Amino acid sequence: MALLIIDRRPNGRHKSAVNRQRFLNRYRQHIREAVADAVSARSITDIERGEEISIPRKDVSEPIFRHGASGRQSRVLPGNEEFHAGDRIERPSGGSGGGSGGASDSGEDMDSFVFEISRDEFLDALFEDLALPNLVKKRLRHTDSVKYVRGGFQRHGFPARLNVLRSLRTAHGRRIALAGKLRRQIQQLENELAEVEAEEENTGANVVAFRHQAQVRALTGELERLQRRLHHIPFLDEQDLRYSTLIEQPSPSRCAVMFCLMDVSGSMTQSIKDIAKRFFVLLYMFLRRHYEKTEVVFIRHHTQASEVDEQTFFYSRETGGTVVSSALKLMKEIIDQRYPREDWNIYGAQASDGDNWSHDSPLCEKILGEDILPCSQYFAYVEITREEGRPLWQSYLPLAGRYQERFAMKHIQEVQEIFPVFRGLFERRQD
Amino acid sequence: MSGGYIADGSEWTIEALEAYERELGHLARGYGLDTYPNQIEIITSEQMMDAYSSTGMPLGYHHWSFGKQFLATDQLYRRGYMGLAYELVINSNPCIAYLMEDNSLTMQALVIAHACYGHNSFFKGNYLFRTWTDASAIVDYLLFAKRYVSQCEERYGADRVEALLDACHALMNCGVDRYRRAKPISAAEEKRRQTEREEYLQRQVNDLWRTIPKSPAGQDEAPEEPFPKEPQENLLYFIEKNAPLLEPWEREIVRIVRKVAQYFYPQRQTKVMNEGWATFWHYTLLNALYTEGKVSDGFMLEFLQSHTGVVRQPGFREPGYNGINPYTLGFAVFSDIRRICETPTAEDRDWFPDIAGSDWLETLHEAMHNYKDESFILQYLSPKVIRDLRLFHIIDDDAEDTIEVRAIHDELGYQSVREALAAQYNLSQTEPDVQVERVNLRGDRSLTLRHRQHDRIALEREAAAEVVKHLHRLWRFDVRLESFDGSQTTGAVVCTDDKLTVDSEAA
Repeated sequence: MALLIIDRRPNGRHKSAVNRQRFLNRYRQHIREAVADAVSARSITDIERGEEISIPRKDVSEPIFRHGASGRQSRVLPGNEEFHAGDRIERPSGGSGGGSGGASDSGEDMDSFVFEISRDEFLDALFEDLALPNLVKKRLRHTDSVKYVRGGFQRHGFPARLNVLRSLRTAHGRRIALAGKLRRQIQQLENELAEVEAEEENTGANVVAFRHQAQVRALTGELERLQRRLHHIPFLDEQDLRYSTLIEQPSPSRCAVMFCLMDVSGSMTQSIKDIAKRFFVLLYMFLRRHYEKTEVVFIRHHTQASEVDEQTFFYSRETGGTVVSSALKLMKEIIDQRYPREDWNIYGAQASDGDNWSHDSPLCEKILGEDILPCSQYFAYVEITREEGRPLWQSYLPLAGRYQERFAMKHIQEVQEIFPVFRGLFERRQD
Repeated sequence: MSGGYIADGSEWTIEALEAYERELGHLARGYGLDTYPNQIEIITSEQMMDAYSSTGMPLGYHHWSFGKQFLATDQLYRRGYMGLAYELVINSNPCIAYLMEDNSLTMQALVIAHACYGHNSFFKGNYLFRTWTDASAIVDYLLFAKRYVSQCEERYGADRVEALLDACHALMNCGVDRYRRAKPISAAEEKRRQTEREEYLQRQVNDLWRTIPKSPAGQDEAPEEPFPKEPQENLLYFIEKNAPLLEPWEREIVRIVRKVAQYFYPQRQTKVMNEGWATFWHYTLLNALYTEGKVSDGFMLEFLQSHTGVVRQPGFREPGYNGINPYTLGFAVFSDIRRICETPTAEDRDWFPDIAGSDWLETLHEAMHNYKDESFILQYLSPKVIRDLRLFHIIDDDAEDTIEVRAIHDELGYQSVREALAAQYNLSQTEPDVQVERVNLRGDRSLTLRHRQHDRIALEREAAAEVVKHLHRLWRFDVRLESFDGSQTTGAVVCTDDKLTVDSEAA
């Protein structure tokens, strides 16, 4: 009997990937909710990882006709120790009857169906359908994405890019070129040989026969030598090979810069700061995931604003009084210096508790309304407070009317609201 | 280390597997095991999970439920709640056995004996498999099914196909012919006939639903003939042939699910026998190797430890109890048949006059060839096995306050325990009896199903309502499911285009 042993290990990995994906698609809504919950429960440093998703088992069940627990059920069980025929036993409490006979599904008795999704799937679910609004300006930049276009042929390259037609055409040309002289010589020799043979027939004299024979032998020898050389011209030589090439052509891409403005003044309590930071972490992750080329500028301010790096922005504890306009001024300066408005899509997100030095709020409105919003694509203001009508909110309110497309302001009170607000601000718009 | 061993060490190599297969095959033929050629495939644990989630089909169409299965297995496995099976074997010709790469050499030898000779000979010999499945065609058919389903997805959209498959899966257990022999499936045949069938079927259905008035004179029509003439238990078959509005490709997919259900039907009816047979033979074959001095003591110790784990039966109160372990029961019964043949006691002569003292090998083969779980237990479950497993029979009646112990492992109880256990493996008793009763041909085209209750055991209502909804998706006119206890109706589920009503007088 023929035995076949096949080592399948190298192939067929991730055979279930399609089915797994189908399952995830089907329960996308559940996953989204679980992901949103998870985000508000996690610590800031810990947001980017996979997640355990749990779906009510009822929702993933596949119904079939089954017996319920009612009626007169007969069962055979193993391991009897104390019962005798005719004994009557109390019905065990709890446990919903245990299903019928041995037909229970393998241990599927928990209430929810639990599975894990990877970090990428987690982030995809988190940022699904979000987008930076009004992303329009395009510009050529040397670091930008490149497009590959066909760039003719060259002599070296990857085997996969070998251009067969070109290579054969070159080989054909080379063969013609190399063989031309030989062919001419062969032609000539053949003619001579024919003449000699013709002469031999015509004269028929024995005297010349010997001389002729020597001549014929010399000619045929030479002819054979030439034909061998002709034969040795390779059909395809390494120098004939031609490879298609691709050249990089820079393509215009959208460049965007996001300004993150965070209030770190004394009035911001630890919990408010935490909410603000969570908001910015989400924003930062979202930008990094969807827009690789987006630059992020971190600005923190109390009475003075400073541009800081990511680490300082999220983890530094410096604090002081509140002058919000300092941050807006700095933002404007940085735009002027580094991000020409005609080339850049400019975005801003500001988080504050709405508290401000009393004479500063009108100035904020002025800078934002006259200098920043006209050149920005979108600016989102998030006020983290339990009170209504804080000074900054009041002074920003008219702007919301004036720049409906570009300016949005939202309230956050609790940690759980961060994600919904974030979604609301960056929901992909239909247009 | 003696030179007589087939192989040493615990790491397996391809050569060692071949050597074991050769030796085991030689022994197996000596015992008269007739098998399909073996095809051993080495796979990783992840691939094993893939195989699990496609319910053991070497290739299947895409569906989210397989993904769900995969995620569930993956989760259990990663948390260490569950070990993966050491092997998986496909009823095909050649017989494909998957071996996990992490198995030690001893385990691989066990698995080869278990799958490549135990299960393989069972697939080839047992009458249910012989009549209902065609081992040489299944792989091709599954390939055809997979391609067809993905073509439909491209043409009609994945969502529609998914919804259709959901509905078919809900009826899968009601998609088998229990008594009539189905034609074995063959891929080539399927493909050739598929187009032809599409057209033909559609014509048939159209004929059934013809709405042109028959008699222009207006004379009274003959009384309506009931349709179907007899109740139909194969719901999927009935849908495939008679559902009024299904498109041809939809009928074809219904058919695919039905064929797959039919292919697995023998396996569902022979779980105890199949596993028992395979376990009996891995035990017997490896012991024979040991007797011949071809394997070491260490090998035997490792093997016996695994074997003991496989046939462990926790008592009904112990943690980890999950019904009767089919490996234990099957192995116990087959081993006991051999004992009854070789060294019968007076009790055995009394209970098994035919086989006590007969040739054990012949008797064993006879049992394997001609029985399924239900009849096998009814025929061969001996008092000794009942005593060893300490089986007892209870009656749990919701009309009574307490549970009655009907019988235990004593002289008076053996017969009752044996009958009750056999019934527990009778699929037509453990699964609800739901049949197509009638179709209102001239009126609203509604479909009526009848569930016949036994012992007042009702359908699980929520699930039943969901299934009726699925059925409505296929039938596309009103569907009514009536439950009857004798002649008395006990409940109904009605699904119309816009609503679902569930009434139950019992609850």
